[in-house]
Amino acid sequence: MEAIQTFSLTKRYRDVTAVDGLDLTVHEGELFALLGVNGAGKTTTVKMLTCLSRPSGGDALLGGESIVKNPAAVKAKIGVSPQETAVAPALTVRENLELMAGMYGLGRASRRRRAEAMLEQFSLGEVAARRAGRLSGGWQRRLSIAMALIGAPQILFLDEPTLGLDVIARSELWETIRALRTHATVVLTTHYMEEAEALADRVGILRGGRLLVCATPQEIMAQTGADRFEEAFLRVVRGEGGTEE
Amino acid sequence: MKAWIFARRNAKEILRDPLNLAFGIGFPVIVLLLLSAIQANIPVSLFEIDRLAPGITVFGLSFITLFSATVVARDRTTSLLSRLYTTPMTAGGFIAGYTVPMLPICLSQCLLCFLAALPLGLTPTPRILLAAAASLAPALFYVALGLLCGSVFNDRQVGGICGALLTNLSAWLSGIWFDLELVGGAFRRIAYALPFVHAVELERAVFSGQTDGIGTHLLWVLGYAAVTSAAAVLAFLRQMKKQ
Repeated sequence: MEAIQTFSLTKRYRDVTAVDGLDLTVHEGELFALLGVNGAGKTTTVKMLTCLSRPSGGDALLGGESIVKNPAAVKAKIGVSPQETAVAPALTVRENLELMAGMYGLGRASRRRRAEAMLEQFSLGEVAARRAGRLSGGWQRRLSIAMALIGAPQILFLDEPTLGLDVIARSELWETIRALRTHATVVLTTHYMEEAEALADRVGILRGGRLLVCATPQEIMAQTGADRFEEAFLRVVRGEGGTEE
Repeated sequence: MKAWIFARRNAKEILRDPLNLAFGIGFPVIVLLLLSAIQANIPVSLFEIDRLAPGITVFGLSFITLFSATVVARDRTTSLLSRLYTTPMTAGGFIAGYTVPMLPICLSQCLLCFLAALPLGLTPTPRILLAAAASLAPALFYVALGLLCGSVFNDRQVGGICGALLTNLSAWLSGIWFDLELVGGAFRRIAYALPFVHAVELERAVFSGQTDGIGTHLLWVLGYAAVTSAAAVLAFLRQMKKQ
């Protein structure tokens, strides 16, 4: 079964079409990066796939469940780490994890067990008793991803996971994200081309709500004749190369 | 279960903020002490503790609106709510999670105010417990107003509107500090068309054991609570959809 399949997925806001008939497939266990300049439709696509926004047209299946017909079932299968760190500031790191586990309906013993596992997996043990609002950006981001994973989702959405982090924190987080592939299918949105190139199995590039190309970074570079992935991305969004899907 | 876990989180967010404790409990108690000190030094009966204390308990509830609205607005602006909307918890769970934990906080705040008033001369009577229980009616209104404001305004706007405007409305239009009959006219008519004075009169009536007018005041307060709750639920669902 494919992790994600979209069928003419469309979102219109009055006279603006933010996502225009998107047909996309993300394979199970894949790390898929969604790229595009500002206003390309990345965030709107992710909002629809995570059931935050109802499509104006089309549908998508996540783990075989429709975002239109059965959003509750979809929500039970996904985890989301938003662009903003989105943690409860007055709760400790451990309490944040247990809160999220509770949102997925886990009982007390399971919540504690899952929180403990996440603390270990994300090396958060040393800050477990600290309030989340007092952590550095890097720690908060790590906690945010751990919170997204605590419900053991089949599909994990990471929206700009390394935005604003320094080089070391970003490098550490890359390692963490790579390790996530064994647990879930990962959909990543990012503005950093090197991040997409380093992490993603396949990349989808959006412009004006339409999918311009969907392939591996190497294939996109080969299609556009670019030496660097960033150059290939620019050629695709400027309409100088790439394959319209 | 999910709503209960979320409710516990919201209670912790509020109770762990020392500013909330300072304003929610400290400020009403300071006002109580200050007005009692004034009363002790003037010849006329202006701030009798048995009339003042029930009023102060209602005034304290206006801070609950501020706390409640701040948590909702902050969760919206920091995207924590967006994250939680992607989990299986339902809209009803969110609304219950934001409102239910506020009620025991209101009750505790009310009891603490009465306790603080006892050394100042408040008549020790079991009706204190009844008055605390009766405060749940205005508490419903203030908590619903918090959810409404938090759903409509951002956290900065909430500070201005609930922190300054509402506390002043609640203070001046409630008859806590002065008899509204002394002002009369349009001011009195406006005050009696709003729930604040009815909430104070309700508390005073229950505390003093005078049953006359309790029903009328209760109806006013519960009427406002019902309308505000309906508006709050609609506003919350609307912002949820907008997310």
